[in-house]
Amino acid sequence: MFGMLSPILKNGLGKPATRLYPFEKREAFDKARGQLEIDIDKCIFCGMCQRKCPSTCLSVEKAACKWELNPYNCIICGVCVEACPTKCLSLNKVYRTPVYVKENQIKIGKPPVKKTATKENS
Amino acid sequence: MGERRTVIPFGPQHPVLPEPIQLKLVLEDEKVVEALPQIGYIHRGLERLVKVRDFNQMVFVAERICGICSFQHAMSYCLSIERLMNIEVPERADYLRVIWSELHRVHSHLLWLGLMADAFGFEAMFMETWKIREAVVDMLEATAGSRVIISTCQVGGVRRDISPELLQQIVKLADDVQRRLKAIEHSILNDYTIKKRTVDKGIISKEQAWKLGAAGPTLRGSGVKWDARMIGYAGYKYLNFEPVVETAGDCYARTKVRFREMFAALDLLRQAIAKIPAGEINVKVKGNPEGEAFIQVEQPRGEVTYTVKANGTKNLEKMHVRTPTFANIPAFLTMLPGCELADVPVLALTIDPCISCTER
Repeated sequence: MFGMLSPILKNGLGKPATRLYPFEKREAFDKARGQLEIDIDKCIFCGMCQRKCPSTCLSVEKAACKWELNPYNCIICGVCVEACPTKCLSLNKVYRTPVYVKENQIKIGKPPVKKTATKENS
Repeated sequence: MGERRTVIPFGPQHPVLPEPIQLKLVLEDEKVVEALPQIGYIHRGLERLVKVRDFNQMVFVAERICGICSFQHAMSYCLSIERLMNIEVPERADYLRVIWSELHRVHSHLLWLGLMADAFGFEAMFMETWKIREAVVDMLEATAGSRVIISTCQVGGVRRDISPELLQQIVKLADDVQRRLKAIEHSILNDYTIKKRTVDKGIISKEQAWKLGAAGPTLRGSGVKWDARMIGYAGYKYLNFEPVVETAGDCYARTKVRFREMFAALDLLRQAIAKIPAGEINVKVKGNPEGEAFIQVEQPRGEVTYTVKANGTKNLEKMHVRTPTFANIPAFLTMLPGCELADVPVLALTIDPCISCTER
Protein backbone atom coordinates (compact mmCIF):
# COMPACT_ATOMS: atom_id res chain seq x y z
CA MET A 1 0.00 0.00 0.00
CA PHE A 2 2.85 2.38 0.84
CA GLY A 3 4.75 1.40 -2.31
CA MET A 4 2.89 4.01 -4.30
CA LEU A 5 3.56 6.70 -1.71
CA SER A 6 6.60 8.19 -3.43
CA PRO A 7 4.99 8.58 -6.90
CA ILE A 8 1.78 9.86 -5.30
CA LEU A 9 3.66 12.48 -3.24
CA LYS A 10 5.62 13.54 -6.31
CA ASN A 11 2.37 13.86 -8.25
CA GLY A 12 0.71 15.80 -5.48
CA LEU A 13 3.54 18.26 -4.89
CA GLY A 14 4.94 18.52 -8.40
CA LYS A 15 3.70 20.22 -11.54
CA PRO A 16 0.45 18.92 -13.07
CA ALA A 17 0.99 16.28 -15.77
CA THR A 18 -1.66 17.87 -17.98
CA ARG A 19 -1.90 21.24 -19.72
CA LEU A 20 -4.67 23.82 -19.48
CA TYR A 21 -5.40 23.01 -23.10
CA PRO A 22 -7.09 25.91 -24.87
CA PHE A 23 -4.78 28.41 -23.13
CA GLU A 24 -1.61 26.37 -23.25
CA LYS A 25 -0.93 24.45 -26.44
CA ARG A 26 1.82 21.98 -27.15
CA GLU A 27 3.89 22.76 -30.22
CA ALA A 28 3.41 20.27 -33.02
CA PHE A 29 6.26 17.83 -33.67
CA ASP A 30 8.32 18.41 -36.80
CA LYS A 31 7.05 15.24 -38.45
CA ALA A 32 3.42 15.61 -37.31
CA ARG A 33 0.85 14.83 -39.97
CA GLY A 34 -2.08 17.24 -39.79
CA GLN A 35 -4.12 17.88 -42.93
CA LEU A 36 -3.63 17.49 -46.64
CA GLU A 37 -3.01 20.67 -48.62
CA ILE A 38 -2.66 21.31 -52.33
CA ASP A 39 -0.97 24.02 -54.36
CA ILE A 40 -3.52 23.84 -57.20
CA ASP A 41 -1.44 25.99 -59.57
CA LYS A 42 1.25 23.30 -59.70
CA CYS A 43 -1.23 20.41 -60.18
CA ILE A 44 -1.25 18.72 -63.59
CA PHE A 45 -4.37 16.61 -62.82
CA CYS A 46 -2.59 13.35 -63.60
CA GLY A 47 -4.74 11.46 -61.06
CA MET A 48 -1.81 9.62 -59.47
CA CYS A 49 -2.96 10.63 -55.96
CA GLN A 50 -6.43 9.24 -56.64
CA ARG A 51 -5.03 5.91 -57.85
CA LYS A 52 -2.67 5.45 -54.87
CA CYS A 53 -5.04 6.66 -52.11
CA PRO A 54 -5.98 3.71 -49.84
CA SER A 55 -9.11 5.40 -48.47
CA THR A 56 -10.48 6.61 -51.85
CA CYS A 57 -10.97 10.11 -50.50
CA LEU A 58 -9.51 11.86 -53.55
CA SER A 59 -11.01 12.37 -56.98
CA VAL A 60 -9.43 14.16 -59.89
CA GLU A 61 -11.17 15.21 -63.12
CA LYS A 62 -8.68 16.10 -65.80
CA ALA A 63 -11.20 17.61 -68.25
CA ALA A 64 -12.70 19.98 -65.66
CA CYS A 65 -9.33 20.63 -63.91
CA LYS A 66 -10.99 19.69 -60.65
CA TRP A 67 -9.32 18.21 -57.56
CA GLU A 68 -11.68 17.06 -54.83
CA LEU A 69 -10.85 15.83 -51.34
CA ASN A 70 -13.14 14.36 -48.73
CA PRO A 71 -11.13 15.38 -45.64
CA TYR A 72 -13.27 13.22 -43.35
CA ASN A 73 -12.40 10.03 -45.21
CA CYS A 74 -8.71 10.95 -45.45
CA ILE A 75 -6.52 8.84 -43.15
CA ILE A 76 -3.56 11.24 -43.50
CA CYS A 77 -1.15 8.48 -44.49
CA GLY A 78 0.80 10.71 -46.87
CA VAL A 79 0.88 8.22 -49.78
CA CYS A 80 -0.45 10.87 -52.20
CA VAL A 81 2.25 13.31 -51.10
CA GLU A 82 4.94 10.74 -51.94
CA ALA A 83 3.26 9.78 -55.23
CA CYS A 84 2.65 13.32 -56.56
CA PRO A 85 4.98 13.93 -59.55
CA THR A 86 4.90 17.73 -59.28
CA LYS A 87 5.08 17.81 -55.44
CA CYS A 88 2.02 20.03 -55.22
CA LEU A 89 0.57 18.06 -52.29
CA SER A 90 1.79 18.54 -48.72
CA LEU A 91 0.78 17.73 -45.16
CA ASN A 92 0.62 20.54 -42.63
CA LYS A 93 0.91 20.15 -38.87
CA VAL A 94 -2.51 21.49 -37.87
CA TYR A 95 -5.01 18.86 -36.83
CA ARG A 96 -8.49 18.86 -38.29
CA THR A 97 -11.07 20.46 -36.03
CA PRO A 98 -14.59 19.08 -35.53
CA VAL A 99 -17.35 20.48 -37.74
CA TYR A 100 -21.15 20.43 -37.96
CA VAL A 101 -21.34 19.93 -41.72
CA LYS A 102 -18.90 17.65 -43.50
CA GLU A 103 -18.13 19.23 -46.84
CA ASN A 104 -15.74 18.14 -49.54
CA GLN A 105 -12.83 20.38 -50.38
CA ILE A 106 -12.98 21.28 -54.08
CA LYS A 107 -10.17 23.05 -55.92
CA ILE A 108 -10.43 24.15 -59.55
CA GLY A 109 -7.18 24.85 -61.34
CA LYS A 110 -5.95 25.88 -64.75
CA PRO A 111 -5.19 23.35 -67.46
CA PRO A 112 -1.50 22.40 -67.32
CA VAL A 113 0.72 24.08 -69.90
CA LYS A 114 2.27 21.53 -72.24
CA LYS A 115 6.06 21.45 -72.23
CA THR A 116 6.29 21.32 -76.04
CA ALA A 117 4.13 24.44 -76.30
CA THR A 118 6.41 26.40 -73.95
CA LYS A 119 9.45 25.43 -76.00
CA GLU A 120 7.84 26.69 -79.17
CA ASN A 121 6.89 29.96 -77.49
CA SER A 122 10.36 30.56 -76.20
CA MET B 1 -29.34 -24.12 -3.19
CA GLY B 2 -26.29 -25.46 -5.03
CA GLU B 3 -28.32 -26.97 -7.85
CA ARG B 4 -30.03 -23.75 -8.81
CA ARG B 5 -28.37 -22.25 -11.84
CA THR B 6 -28.56 -18.67 -13.05
CA VAL B 7 -27.40 -17.30 -16.39
CA ILE B 8 -25.88 -13.82 -16.24
CA PRO B 9 -24.85 -11.93 -19.37
CA PHE B 10 -21.36 -10.39 -18.97
CA GLY B 11 -21.13 -7.72 -21.67
CA PRO B 12 -21.34 -6.70 -24.49
CA GLN B 13 -21.34 -3.46 -22.48
CA HIS B 14 -19.36 -3.79 -19.30
CA PRO B 15 -17.25 -1.24 -17.38
CA VAL B 16 -14.03 -3.27 -17.75
CA LEU B 17 -14.52 -4.02 -21.43
CA PRO B 18 -13.62 -1.22 -23.81
CA GLU B 19 -14.94 -3.34 -26.67
CA PRO B 20 -18.00 -5.54 -27.07
CA ILE B 21 -17.87 -9.27 -26.32
CA GLN B 22 -20.54 -11.20 -24.50
CA LEU B 23 -20.09 -14.06 -22.10
CA LYS B 24 -23.13 -15.91 -20.86
CA LEU B 25 -22.04 -17.00 -17.41
CA VAL B 26 -23.84 -19.97 -15.91
CA LEU B 27 -23.65 -19.56 -12.15
CA GLU B 28 -24.28 -21.76 -9.19
CA ASP B 29 -24.69 -19.22 -6.39
CA GLU B 30 -21.64 -16.98 -6.98
CA LYS B 31 -19.55 -19.64 -8.68
CA VAL B 32 -19.15 -19.80 -12.46
CA VAL B 33 -19.76 -23.29 -13.80
CA GLU B 34 -19.83 -22.57 -17.50
CA ALA B 35 -19.15 -19.68 -19.86
CA LEU B 36 -20.54 -19.32 -23.37
CA PRO B 37 -18.94 -16.65 -25.52
CA GLN B 38 -20.60 -14.65 -28.23
CA ILE B 39 -18.55 -12.57 -30.61
CA GLY B 40 -19.43 -10.80 -33.83
CA TYR B 41 -20.62 -7.42 -32.58
CA ILE B 42 -18.04 -5.40 -34.51
CA HIS B 43 -17.08 -7.61 -37.43
CA ARG B 44 -15.82 -5.40 -40.26
CA GLY B 45 -14.78 -7.87 -42.94
CA LEU B 46 -11.37 -6.31 -43.45
CA GLU B 47 -9.84 -9.50 -44.89
CA ARG B 48 -12.35 -9.37 -47.72
CA LEU B 49 -11.01 -5.94 -48.75
CA VAL B 50 -8.11 -7.64 -50.55
CA LYS B 51 -10.51 -7.94 -53.49
CA VAL B 52 -11.01 -4.17 -53.61
CA ARG B 53 -7.68 -2.62 -52.55
CA ASP B 54 -4.38 -3.43 -54.21
CA PHE B 55 -1.57 -5.08 -52.26
CA ASN B 56 0.14 -1.78 -51.46
CA GLN B 57 -3.04 -0.13 -50.19
CA MET B 58 -3.82 -3.18 -48.02
CA VAL B 59 -0.97 -2.21 -45.67
CA PHE B 60 -3.18 0.58 -44.34
CA VAL B 61 -6.16 -1.76 -44.00
CA ALA B 62 -4.06 -4.35 -42.14
CA GLU B 63 -2.87 -1.57 -39.86
CA ARG B 64 -6.44 -0.77 -38.92
CA ILE B 65 -7.21 -4.30 -37.71
CA CYS B 66 -6.07 -3.13 -34.29
CA GLY B 67 -5.20 0.31 -33.01
CA ILE B 68 -2.83 -0.66 -30.23
CA CYS B 69 -0.63 -3.06 -32.18
CA SER B 70 -1.15 -1.30 -35.52
CA PHE B 71 2.50 -1.23 -36.55
CA GLN B 72 2.93 -4.95 -35.95
CA HIS B 73 -0.12 -5.72 -38.11
CA ALA B 74 1.30 -3.61 -40.94
CA MET B 75 4.70 -5.22 -40.48
CA SER B 76 3.27 -8.77 -40.51
CA TYR B 77 1.41 -7.99 -43.72
CA CYS B 78 4.49 -6.43 -45.35
CA LEU B 79 6.69 -9.35 -44.25
CA SER B 80 4.29 -11.81 -45.88
CA ILE B 81 4.20 -9.87 -49.17
CA GLU B 82 7.99 -9.48 -49.07
CA ARG B 83 8.31 -13.24 -48.65
CA LEU B 84 6.06 -13.78 -51.68
CA MET B 85 8.04 -11.38 -53.84
CA ASN B 86 11.50 -12.34 -52.47
CA ILE B 87 12.27 -8.78 -51.45
CA GLU B 88 15.39 -8.12 -49.36
CA VAL B 89 14.56 -5.32 -46.94
CA PRO B 90 17.49 -2.95 -46.11
CA GLU B 91 19.06 -3.60 -42.71
CA ARG B 92 18.23 -0.11 -41.41
CA ALA B 93 14.54 -0.70 -42.18
CA ASP B 94 14.67 -3.96 -40.20
CA TYR B 95 16.03 -2.09 -37.19
CA LEU B 96 13.49 0.72 -37.53
CA ARG B 97 10.74 -1.90 -37.61
CA VAL B 98 12.05 -3.33 -34.34
CA ILE B 99 12.16 0.13 -32.74
CA TRP B 100 8.57 0.96 -33.65
CA SER B 101 7.38 -2.55 -32.70
CA GLU B 102 8.94 -2.35 -29.27
CA LEU B 103 7.58 1.17 -28.67
CA HIS B 104 4.15 -0.25 -29.48
CA ARG B 105 4.70 -3.16 -27.10
CA VAL B 106 5.63 -0.83 -24.24
CA HIS B 107 2.63 1.44 -24.76
CA SER B 108 0.27 -1.51 -25.17
CA HIS B 109 1.44 -3.14 -21.93
CA LEU B 110 1.22 0.18 -20.07
CA LEU B 111 -2.32 0.66 -21.34
CA TRP B 112 -3.20 -2.86 -20.22
CA LEU B 113 -1.61 -2.34 -16.80
CA GLY B 114 -3.70 0.79 -16.32
CA LEU B 115 -6.92 -0.99 -17.31
CA MET B 116 -6.03 -3.91 -15.05
CA ALA B 117 -5.42 -1.57 -12.09
CA ASP B 118 -8.68 0.20 -12.89
CA ALA B 119 -10.55 -3.13 -12.87
CA PHE B 120 -9.87 -3.61 -9.19
CA GLY B 121 -10.24 0.02 -8.29
CA PHE B 122 -6.57 1.05 -8.10
CA GLU B 123 -7.14 4.48 -9.69
CA ALA B 124 -3.75 5.92 -8.70
CA MET B 125 -1.96 3.14 -10.60
CA PHE B 126 -4.22 3.66 -13.61
CA MET B 127 -3.29 7.36 -13.75
CA GLU B 128 0.39 6.66 -13.18
CA THR B 129 0.74 4.04 -15.94
CA TRP B 130 -1.20 6.12 -18.45
CA LYS B 131 1.00 9.08 -17.61
CA ILE B 132 4.07 7.00 -18.48
CA ARG B 133 2.34 5.74 -21.62
CA GLU B 134 1.74 9.29 -22.78
CA ALA B 135 5.49 9.86 -23.10
CA VAL B 136 5.80 6.74 -25.27
CA VAL B 137 2.90 7.75 -27.49
CA ASP B 138 4.42 11.23 -27.84
CA MET B 139 7.64 9.57 -29.01
CA LEU B 140 5.67 7.67 -31.66
CA GLU B 141 4.28 10.99 -32.87
CA ALA B 142 7.70 12.64 -32.87
CA THR B 143 9.24 9.80 -34.90
CA ALA B 144 6.38 8.86 -37.20
CA GLY B 145 3.97 11.80 -37.22
CA SER B 146 1.01 10.03 -35.71
CA ARG B 147 0.21 8.88 -32.20
CA VAL B 148 -1.28 5.42 -32.56
CA ILE B 149 -1.76 4.33 -36.18
CA ILE B 150 1.62 5.45 -37.42
CA SER B 151 1.46 4.36 -41.10
CA THR B 152 5.22 3.99 -41.50
CA CYS B 153 5.50 0.46 -42.84
CA GLN B 154 5.39 -0.28 -46.55
CA VAL B 155 6.13 -3.27 -48.72
CA GLY B 156 9.90 -3.14 -49.18
CA GLY B 157 10.86 -1.28 -46.01
CA VAL B 158 9.64 1.71 -44.05
CA ARG B 159 8.44 5.11 -45.21
CA ARG B 160 10.09 7.34 -42.65
CA ASP B 161 13.54 7.49 -41.13
CA ILE B 162 14.43 8.38 -37.55
CA SER B 163 17.21 10.95 -37.16
CA PRO B 164 20.20 10.24 -34.83
CA GLU B 165 18.98 12.96 -32.43
CA LEU B 166 15.56 11.33 -32.16
CA LEU B 167 17.19 7.91 -31.65
CA GLN B 168 19.10 9.36 -28.70
CA GLN B 169 15.83 10.77 -27.39
CA ILE B 170 14.32 7.26 -27.57
CA VAL B 171 17.24 5.95 -25.46
CA LYS B 172 16.58 8.72 -22.93
CA LEU B 173 12.86 7.86 -22.96
CA ALA B 174 13.67 4.16 -22.41
CA ASP B 175 15.79 5.04 -19.35
CA ASP B 176 13.08 7.36 -18.04
CA VAL B 177 10.29 4.80 -18.53
CA GLN B 178 12.45 2.13 -16.84
CA ARG B 179 13.04 4.40 -13.83
CA ARG B 180 9.34 5.21 -13.53
CA LEU B 181 8.35 1.55 -13.89
CA LYS B 182 10.84 0.55 -11.18
CA ALA B 183 9.15 3.08 -8.88
CA ILE B 184 5.77 1.33 -9.26
CA GLU B 185 7.12 -2.23 -9.60
CA HIS B 186 6.94 -2.94 -5.87
CA SER B 187 3.34 -1.76 -5.55
CA ILE B 188 2.06 -3.72 -8.55
CA LEU B 189 3.90 -6.98 -7.84
CA ASN B 190 3.90 -7.08 -4.02
CA ASP B 191 0.66 -5.30 -3.12
CA TYR B 192 -1.56 -7.27 -0.74
CA THR B 193 -4.81 -6.39 -2.55
CA ILE B 194 -3.46 -7.15 -6.01
CA LYS B 195 -2.05 -10.48 -4.82
CA LYS B 196 -5.39 -11.30 -3.17
CA ARG B 197 -7.20 -10.67 -6.46
CA THR B 198 -4.74 -12.42 -8.80
CA VAL B 199 -2.75 -15.19 -7.10
CA ASP B 200 -4.23 -18.66 -7.73
CA LYS B 201 -7.05 -17.20 -9.84
CA GLY B 202 -7.75 -18.46 -13.34
CA ILE B 203 -5.05 -21.11 -13.35
CA ILE B 204 -4.26 -22.73 -16.66
CA SER B 205 -1.63 -25.47 -16.80
CA LYS B 206 1.26 -25.66 -19.25
CA GLU B 207 -0.30 -28.61 -21.13
CA GLN B 208 -3.75 -26.95 -21.30
CA ALA B 209 -2.31 -23.66 -22.54
CA TRP B 210 -0.33 -25.42 -25.26
CA LYS B 211 -3.21 -27.69 -26.32
CA LEU B 212 -5.75 -24.86 -26.43
CA GLY B 213 -3.45 -22.81 -28.66
CA ALA B 214 -2.99 -19.91 -26.25
CA ALA B 215 -0.66 -17.15 -27.35
CA GLY B 216 1.64 -14.52 -25.89
CA PRO B 217 1.75 -13.75 -22.17
CA THR B 218 -1.12 -16.21 -21.52
CA LEU B 219 1.07 -19.02 -22.87
CA ARG B 220 4.30 -17.78 -21.30
CA GLY B 221 2.56 -17.22 -17.94
CA SER B 222 1.89 -20.96 -17.89
CA GLY B 223 5.53 -21.87 -18.41
CA VAL B 224 5.76 -22.41 -22.18
CA LYS B 225 8.89 -20.78 -23.52
CA TRP B 226 7.57 -19.64 -26.86
CA ASP B 227 7.82 -16.19 -28.35
CA ALA B 228 7.57 -15.59 -32.11
CA ARG B 229 10.44 -13.09 -31.85
CA MET B 230 12.71 -16.14 -31.34
CA ILE B 231 12.21 -16.93 -35.05
CA GLY B 232 14.21 -13.80 -35.83
CA TYR B 233 11.99 -11.90 -38.24
CA ALA B 234 12.79 -8.26 -39.12
CA GLY B 235 15.69 -6.98 -36.99
CA TYR B 236 15.26 -9.46 -34.13
CA LYS B 237 17.83 -11.75 -35.76
CA TYR B 238 20.54 -9.20 -34.93
CA LEU B 239 19.54 -8.74 -31.27
CA ASN B 240 19.88 -10.76 -28.09
CA PHE B 241 16.52 -11.71 -26.78
CA GLU B 242 15.23 -14.05 -24.10
CA PRO B 243 11.47 -14.59 -23.67
CA VAL B 244 9.96 -13.81 -20.26
CA VAL B 245 8.46 -16.95 -18.74
CA GLU B 246 6.55 -17.60 -15.51
CA THR B 247 5.34 -21.02 -14.41
CA ALA B 248 2.37 -20.49 -12.08
CA GLY B 249 -0.22 -20.02 -14.87
CA ASP B 250 -2.47 -17.78 -12.77
CA CYS B 251 -3.50 -14.12 -13.20
CA TYR B 252 -0.52 -12.97 -11.14
CA ALA B 253 1.91 -14.84 -13.42
CA ARG B 254 0.41 -13.23 -16.52
CA THR B 255 0.63 -9.79 -14.87
CA LYS B 256 4.27 -10.46 -14.00
CA VAL B 257 5.07 -11.62 -17.55
CA ARG B 258 3.66 -8.43 -19.04
CA PHE B 259 5.40 -6.24 -16.50
CA ARG B 260 8.79 -7.88 -17.08
CA GLU B 261 8.24 -7.84 -20.85
CA MET B 262 8.22 -4.06 -20.73
CA PHE B 263 11.78 -4.10 -19.36
CA ALA B 264 12.75 -6.61 -22.06
CA ALA B 265 11.22 -4.35 -24.72
CA LEU B 266 13.14 -1.32 -23.39
CA ASP B 267 16.33 -3.39 -23.49
CA LEU B 268 15.63 -4.38 -27.11
CA LEU B 269 15.10 -0.71 -27.95
CA ARG B 270 18.51 0.19 -26.51
CA GLN B 271 20.19 -2.69 -28.33
CA ALA B 272 18.57 -1.79 -31.64
CA ILE B 273 19.55 1.87 -31.34
CA ALA B 274 23.13 0.95 -30.43
CA LYS B 275 23.49 -1.31 -33.48
CA ILE B 276 21.41 0.49 -36.14
CA PRO B 277 23.41 0.92 -39.36
CA ALA B 278 23.16 3.81 -41.81
CA GLY B 279 21.74 3.30 -45.27
CA GLU B 280 18.59 3.03 -47.31
CA ILE B 281 15.23 2.53 -45.62
CA ASN B 282 13.28 0.96 -48.45
CA VAL B 283 13.65 -0.74 -51.80
CA LYS B 284 11.53 -0.21 -54.90
CA VAL B 285 8.91 -2.87 -55.45
CA LYS B 286 8.23 -4.00 -58.98
CA GLY B 287 5.63 -6.43 -60.21
CA ASN B 288 2.84 -8.23 -58.42
CA PRO B 289 3.02 -10.95 -55.77
CA GLU B 290 2.36 -14.58 -56.61
CA GLY B 291 2.12 -17.71 -54.45
CA GLU B 292 1.36 -18.38 -50.80
CA ALA B 293 3.10 -17.17 -47.68
CA PHE B 294 2.73 -17.64 -43.94
CA ILE B 295 4.20 -15.30 -41.32
CA GLN B 296 4.30 -15.37 -37.53
CA VAL B 297 4.90 -12.14 -35.61
CA GLU B 298 4.83 -11.50 -31.87
CA GLN B 299 2.43 -8.74 -30.92
CA PRO B 300 1.96 -7.35 -27.41
CA ARG B 301 -0.93 -9.77 -26.91
CA GLY B 302 0.71 -12.78 -28.48
CA GLU B 303 1.48 -14.36 -31.76
CA VAL B 304 -0.34 -13.20 -34.89
CA THR B 305 -0.20 -15.22 -38.08
CA TYR B 306 -0.77 -13.90 -41.57
CA THR B 307 -1.54 -16.24 -44.46
CA VAL B 308 -1.71 -14.61 -47.88
CA LYS B 309 -2.36 -16.08 -51.28
CA ALA B 310 -1.67 -14.14 -54.47
CA ASN B 311 -2.22 -14.91 -58.12
CA GLY B 312 0.04 -12.44 -59.89
CA THR B 313 -2.47 -9.60 -60.06
CA LYS B 314 -2.39 -6.41 -58.00
CA ASN B 315 -5.18 -7.72 -55.77
CA LEU B 316 -4.46 -10.63 -53.46
CA GLU B 317 -6.61 -13.72 -53.76
CA LYS B 318 -6.96 -14.36 -50.04
CA MET B 319 -5.68 -13.03 -46.74
CA HIS B 320 -6.24 -14.71 -43.42
CA VAL B 321 -5.26 -13.30 -40.06
CA ARG B 322 -5.23 -15.29 -36.83
CA THR B 323 -5.03 -12.83 -34.00
CA PRO B 324 -3.78 -13.53 -30.45
CA THR B 325 -7.03 -12.69 -28.64
CA PHE B 326 -8.97 -15.08 -30.87
CA ALA B 327 -6.40 -17.75 -29.99
CA ASN B 328 -6.70 -16.95 -26.28
CA ILE B 329 -10.50 -17.25 -26.06
CA PRO B 330 -10.51 -21.09 -25.61
CA ALA B 331 -7.92 -20.77 -22.84
CA PHE B 332 -9.99 -17.99 -21.25
CA LEU B 333 -13.13 -20.16 -21.31
CA THR B 334 -11.16 -22.95 -19.60
CA MET B 335 -10.04 -20.56 -16.85
CA LEU B 336 -13.54 -19.37 -16.02
CA PRO B 337 -15.35 -22.44 -14.56
CA GLY B 338 -14.73 -22.57 -10.82
CA CYS B 339 -14.04 -18.87 -10.31
CA GLU B 340 -16.22 -16.38 -8.48
CA LEU B 341 -18.41 -13.96 -10.42
CA ALA B 342 -16.43 -11.01 -9.00
CA ASP B 343 -13.20 -12.44 -10.47
CA VAL B 344 -14.51 -12.58 -14.05
CA PRO B 345 -13.51 -8.97 -14.94
CA VAL B 346 -9.94 -9.53 -13.70
CA LEU B 347 -9.73 -12.86 -15.54
CA ALA B 348 -11.03 -11.22 -18.71
CA LEU B 349 -8.37 -8.54 -18.47
CA THR B 350 -5.45 -10.88 -17.86
CA ILE B 351 -5.75 -12.23 -21.41
CA ASP B 352 -5.65 -8.57 -22.57
CA PRO B 353 -8.70 -8.90 -24.83
CA CYS B 354 -8.68 -6.97 -28.09
CA ILE B 355 -12.01 -7.52 -29.74
CA SER B 356 -11.28 -5.44 -32.83
CA CYS B 357 -8.39 -7.85 -33.52
CA THR B 358 -10.63 -10.84 -32.88
CA GLU B 359 -13.34 -9.75 -35.28
CA ARG B 360 -11.28 -7.98 -37.96
